[in-house]
Amino acid sequence: MTYSDPILTVQAISKRFMGRGGCVDVGFDLWPGEVLGIVGESGSGKTTLLNCLSGRTTPDEGVVLYRGRDGEMADLHAMSEPRRRLLMRTDWGIVHQNPRDGLRFGVSAGANIGERLMAVGARHYGAIRGTAADWLGRVEIDGLRIDDRPSTFSGGMQQRLQIARNLVNGPRLVFMDEPTGGLDVSVQARLLDLLRRLVREMHLACVIVTHDLGVARLLAHRLMVMKEGRVIESGLTDQVLDDPHHPYTQLLVSSVLPA
Amino acid sequence: MPEGYNFAYLDEQTKRMIRRALLKAVAIPGYQVPFASREMPLPYGWGTGGIQVTASVIGPGDILKVIDQGSDDTTNAVSIRRFFSKTAGVATTERTIDATIIQTRHRIPEHPLHEGQILVYQVPIPEPLRWMEPRETETRKMHALADYGVMHVKLYEDIARFGCIATSYNYPVLVHHRYVMAPSPIPKFDNPKMDRMPALQLFGAGREKRIYAVPPYTSVKSLDFEDYPFEIQRWDQPCALCGAADTYLDEVITDDVGTRLYVCSDSDACQERQKGAA
Amino acid sequence: MYVAVKGGEAAIDAAHRLLAQARRGDESVPELSLEQIGEQLGLAVDRVMAEGSLYDKRLAALAIKQARGDLVEAIFLLRAFRNTLPRLYDCEPIDTALMAVRRRISATFKDLPGGQVLGPTFDYTHRLLDFALAETGNRQEAVAAPAHADAGVAMPHVSSLLGREGLIEPEHGDDDQFPVEDLTREPLDFPASRALRLQNLARGDEGFLLALGYSTQRGFGNNHPFAGEIRIGEVEISIVPEELGFAVTIGAMTVSECEMVNQFKGSKDIPPMFTRGYGLVFGESERKAMSMALVDRALRAEELGEEIAAPAQDEEFVLMHSDNVEAMGFVQHLKLPHYVDFQGELVMVRELRAEREKDEARGKTEVGHA
Repeated sequence: MTYSDPILTVQAISKRFMGRGGCVDVGFDLWPGEVLGIVGESGSGKTTLLNCLSGRTTPDEGVVLYRGRDGEMADLHAMSEPRRRLLMRTDWGIVHQNPRDGLRFGVSAGANIGERLMAVGARHYGAIRGTAADWLGRVEIDGLRIDDRPSTFSGGMQQRLQIARNLVNGPRLVFMDEPTGGLDVSVQARLLDLLRRLVREMHLACVIVTHDLGVARLLAHRLMVMKEGRVIESGLTDQVLDDPHHPYTQLLVSSVLPA
Repeated sequence: MPEGYNFAYLDEQTKRMIRRALLKAVAIPGYQVPFASREMPLPYGWGTGGIQVTASVIGPGDILKVIDQGSDDTTNAVSIRRFFSKTAGVATTERTIDATIIQTRHRIPEHPLHEGQILVYQVPIPEPLRWMEPRETETRKMHALADYGVMHVKLYEDIARFGCIATSYNYPVLVHHRYVMAPSPIPKFDNPKMDRMPALQLFGAGREKRIYAVPPYTSVKSLDFEDYPFEIQRWDQPCALCGAADTYLDEVITDDVGTRLYVCSDSDACQERQKGAA
Repeated sequence: MYVAVKGGEAAIDAAHRLLAQARRGDESVPELSLEQIGEQLGLAVDRVMAEGSLYDKRLAALAIKQARGDLVEAIFLLRAFRNTLPRLYDCEPIDTALMAVRRRISATFKDLPGGQVLGPTFDYTHRLLDFALAETGNRQEAVAAPAHADAGVAMPHVSSLLGREGLIEPEHGDDDQFPVEDLTREPLDFPASRALRLQNLARGDEGFLLALGYSTQRGFGNNHPFAGEIRIGEVEISIVPEELGFAVTIGAMTVSECEMVNQFKGSKDIPPMFTRGYGLVFGESERKAMSMALVDRALRAEELGEEIAAPAQDEEFVLMHSDNVEAMGFVQHLKLPHYVDFQGELVMVRELRAEREKDEARGKTEVGHA
């Protein structure tokens, strides 16, 4: 594998529901260390696309190719379920908008972070706990909270815990669905800062879905703008936001304050 | 035998169906085989799975022992033993070493089992993943993919909260390095007896319609952490009747001011030892 | 010297004698006959036959007598007996369109071919205790057989009337294309076919189905039902013996049938039309048939592309918990001895408490030193 090989290649993905919604004919490449933002208003097909990319929904048409650590490209939806599940807990991470979808609320923060380690065979309690404590620190959560349940955490802390839980075993590709949705502005800023740092440090490839152009500007290297299931404009983030070509993008950009 | 019923109650077609499930279960140790459990004349949850398994493997020459809580004389054990002496006319025994088939609820006899014996467990909830994941469709997938991380999440949580693995019975095991299995609600004290046991171990869950098995001399390992290894219960006093210091003890409250003593839960082993001492 | 508890055998025998005595009650009161139960407690008999999955009024009456009127226990007795019976034939599908109808109502059409027939129903009775019934020896006036009862009047199903216009989804009746599994011979597997779901519901607990059906009406999985048709009456049972090769009628049975007609707004591939929920129960059991039809329709959510959000739409939840013989056994097994497991828990709780006391003591010492 050379540095110029994409980690994810998406070709002509389409997924429709009862003839409406969904996404149509979406394709792109994603390189290691690159953050791709998908923006658009709700109902534009962003989340459907993300679900297709992350293997949770099977598209009607198109392929998603993932380049593994061995350098080989594999068709995500054609591979066996065991292999896909293994990828999900070793190479990939998914950060959900709602922490309830991404965390186990019935067990402690430490267990939440340790789950991926145990899923791939870690069997030393002390070592798992040590790693969990370390990661709590990296996402700026007080280590004393390690035995507390996520329900006792604030919204921002829950999101940071979700991030720690996903990044604990060094994945290569992370999907995020409105990771800052529902958070206060100051809490958002701190979370974005953290994400930016982690993405850089870990050289993560990242697909982030958001309706918030401010979030997109801060995190994404490149942007795709979606409307009614189709990509209507794409390019470098600054280019798209500072010089939008499509009238819809212009409308989107003009309706937010510059970040 | 009561008129109008087949040997050991079940009709031969049903027995054949159950035997097929048993063969599959033995071939894939620890894997839960679905089977078309029948209504039995005893209620679901009272040993219908074990009874169907016993009825399918028992022959006229067998000698049957039935225990509940380790004892031959608890009401449910009596009821099941009677059922088979009535419907199959087989000989019964209370002595572990004499039995060819032992049906049990919640214990493994203290006396080591030998080759040729069959231990039939009554199982209420066969799915070890059930408490972490209530859906059958999902747990089946988890077994198929050996996706068992969640079991250790539970053990981790126990240690984080209590300082130890706080599961005292129905303690999950890994069978033949592949399937995580519920050993039925036996105390974890009995778990080590399952490992490489010379006898065949069959498990029947009637209400949940599952059969599984551990063939003789199969590895059965209790789940744990390297730095928190699996441990069994210990008592700081021996059995008040036979003096055994290495058996599972029942606590008996003897008066209303909290005086208690400890006696073997396995009544046969306890009596044998008392006889030996006399 | 303490001696381990003994006497399980003797205790069981004594308990069974007490049960026999309690069943009979005061011997100066005449004993119930199976005929009395069958004739005067007919709906209890019907429920036991339905959920016991065995159509035999006399055995159901016997089960009720033996169970001291505990219907779930009677259902259990009948199930356990049913299980030992040989299977000689599968009967041909019954045809409820040819039913000798005793009751037939539709809430969707004021009048329809064959008319509305109330029959013997509690509907429109005032639920006032009839103290005259407290005395025995009452005689009832004979009711003249209603005019409709001659078999000549055709009573097509409401659904078939809608079907002629294509307003309701067609039913497939092709067993070769959609083979029907047998719930009592194969373990339940998910996703379950509709045939299997209906079998499960037909022998499911009436109370459970009633509550689930009710929950759909209150908004937990609403599917806008109309009682398209309810009919109760006798249908013929026929078999095709291999050596004959044609159908032979071997008897008749009473069944209650309910077809709910439900709204459906259509989808990409399907035009708007009504959909069906179906209920069929042994004997006279209209409430159960209606509940079953509601739950059947709710369970079709996935097939019809509806959101699955309510308990009644959750196949695994409904089918795994509907059987009262399974449920009663497992709930009541909690009274079996659990000494061994409880001992394990005792040991554990004591250890945890000792550990905690040690920690607390240590904590105090540390504070003391500081």
